[in-house]
Amino acid sequence: MPDPNSSDTLADVRFRPDQSRTIYRHTLPIRLMHWINVLAMFVLLLSGLQIFNAHPALYWGNTSDFDRPVLALGAFQTPDGELRGQTTIVGHAFDTTGVLGASKVNGELQSRGFPTWLTIPGSQWLAMARRWHFFFAWLFVLNGLAYVGYSLIGPHFRRDLKPTRTDWRGIGRSIIDHALLRHPKGEAAARYNVLQKLAYLIVAFVLGPLIVLMGLAMSPRMATVLGWVLDLVGGRQSARTIHFIIAAFFVAFLLVHLFEVLVSGAANEIRSIVTGRFRIKVAKGDTDESK
Amino acid sequence: MSRNERRRFMRQAAGAAGALLLGGCDALSRDPRAGKVLDSAENLTRAAQHLLTPKMALAPEYTEADISHGFKPNGSTDPQEAAYRAMVDTGFRDYRLAFGGLVAKPFSLSLDELRALPSRTQITRHDCVEGWSAIGKWKGVPLGGLLDRAEVSAAARYVVFRCADKYDPDGPLYYESIDLEDAHHPQTILAYDLNDAPLPISNGAPVRVRIERQLGYKMAKYIMAIDLVESLDTIEGGKGGYWEDQGYEWYAGI
Repeated sequence: MPDPNSSDTLADVRFRPDQSRTIYRHTLPIRLMHWINVLAMFVLLLSGLQIFNAHPALYWGNTSDFDRPVLALGAFQTPDGELRGQTTIVGHAFDTTGVLGASKVNGELQSRGFPTWLTIPGSQWLAMARRWHFFFAWLFVLNGLAYVGYSLIGPHFRRDLKPTRTDWRGIGRSIIDHALLRHPKGEAAARYNVLQKLAYLIVAFVLGPLIVLMGLAMSPRMATVLGWVLDLVGGRQSARTIHFIIAAFFVAFLLVHLFEVLVSGAANEIRSIVTGRFRIKVAKGDTDESK
Repeated sequence: MSRNERRRFMRQAAGAAGALLLGGCDALSRDPRAGKVLDSAENLTRAAQHLLTPKMALAPEYTEADISHGFKPNGSTDPQEAAYRAMVDTGFRDYRLAFGGLVAKPFSLSLDELRALPSRTQITRHDCVEGWSAIGKWKGVPLGGLLDRAEVSAAARYVVFRCADKYDPDGPLYYESIDLEDAHHPQTILAYDLNDAPLPISNGAPVRVRIERQLGYKMAKYIMAIDLVESLDTIEGGKGGYWEDQGYEWYAGI
């Protein structure tokens, strides 16, 4: 590797530095919908946690069996009067003081599901959280429908998202490459890799619709026509639990997504989702091999 | 900047941006103009839900086996208002449920008279705005028939439930309201029995309303009077209910 800080050397001139070319990777509608989605997801996740805080427990079935939650964030007082936060997952309790169950509000430890820095609004305020949640739910749904329509009517789905036969054959190698943080270089970086395609497809076409459906199934009015959904998942409280679990999957996706952006060239990746332009490096070796 | 410094800077920048966004959301939560924008979703939700579900579609009904053990009481569970205590002391003997407002024929009913009317029994799920659910068996008189008997005038648009309890001792008496469509829904009943026993005080004795396609806070307990009105603007906070005046949606279908 030539030292980027050194002045041009004979070697650089002879072998030529890395060639790069810029491609137009993301169309304007995709970029717009991506950022609208970022905003909507941000508000939905954090206002969702505030709504959860109004009754920080999840159940399975149609009703809430208060003695048998699937997940519960609670607080209790120790004999010496100290407040401890406790997370209970199917009967197993963990001390999560400071973050879950009990956390600081204005410097004072209080009983609270998720902490103030993870909720919209920060302080306990269910009515306002619902307003945020349902407004941005509409934005999320309309934006999602626009994305699905754009992808299926235009070439995005067929050209960029649908795994090819070569993709499927290379899936094992792609898993190993991801694990070793080896990223496609050269022309291959211009396309989504197979794991990336599958991740986007699952998030946009499976988890997205499913979290909306679970949200709607929780609505007492929509339950008049979505009884079959409730029957399918085991009841309204199950739908609420699944809604929460899918949100956790979204968070996991988000973390992996941001990690991949960071390790595969943050500046280039971020520029491509802002301006659309993505730089592909064509390494010396690659050009030689391809000859 | 070294790699580590850059990383630390990016972490701090991300943290600051997050804090700024959250702080921004908190500031917007207190801004009435932003509140108006957020509120617009309520009408959209209501319109969409009315479009997607038939007018008289029934909420799911369950079996005896599904009934929750101990129906969780919430909100007011033991009203201390003197007028209510006096009724409790006499076993609701002097209770009268009054129908009034924009009706041609106002009338009132004693508990015995209400119990003597044709009733509907339903095992339904109660969803609290907080997130929990409970299933109970309710028996009561369909509200629609009682409204027909009072002869609702053409100008009336809302049914207002006037209650005997104060959720906040220094606040107003609890009240709630629904539109005429929900009032005439077959599952909208004035319930006097829960799980085959007279409605306990904690669940709203002697009479509470069941509005099965909305959330729990709509289903007023300790109902004393039912008024037909043209507008909700002049009642208490003007938003159509105790919790609505505290910022909750009037349409609680989700």
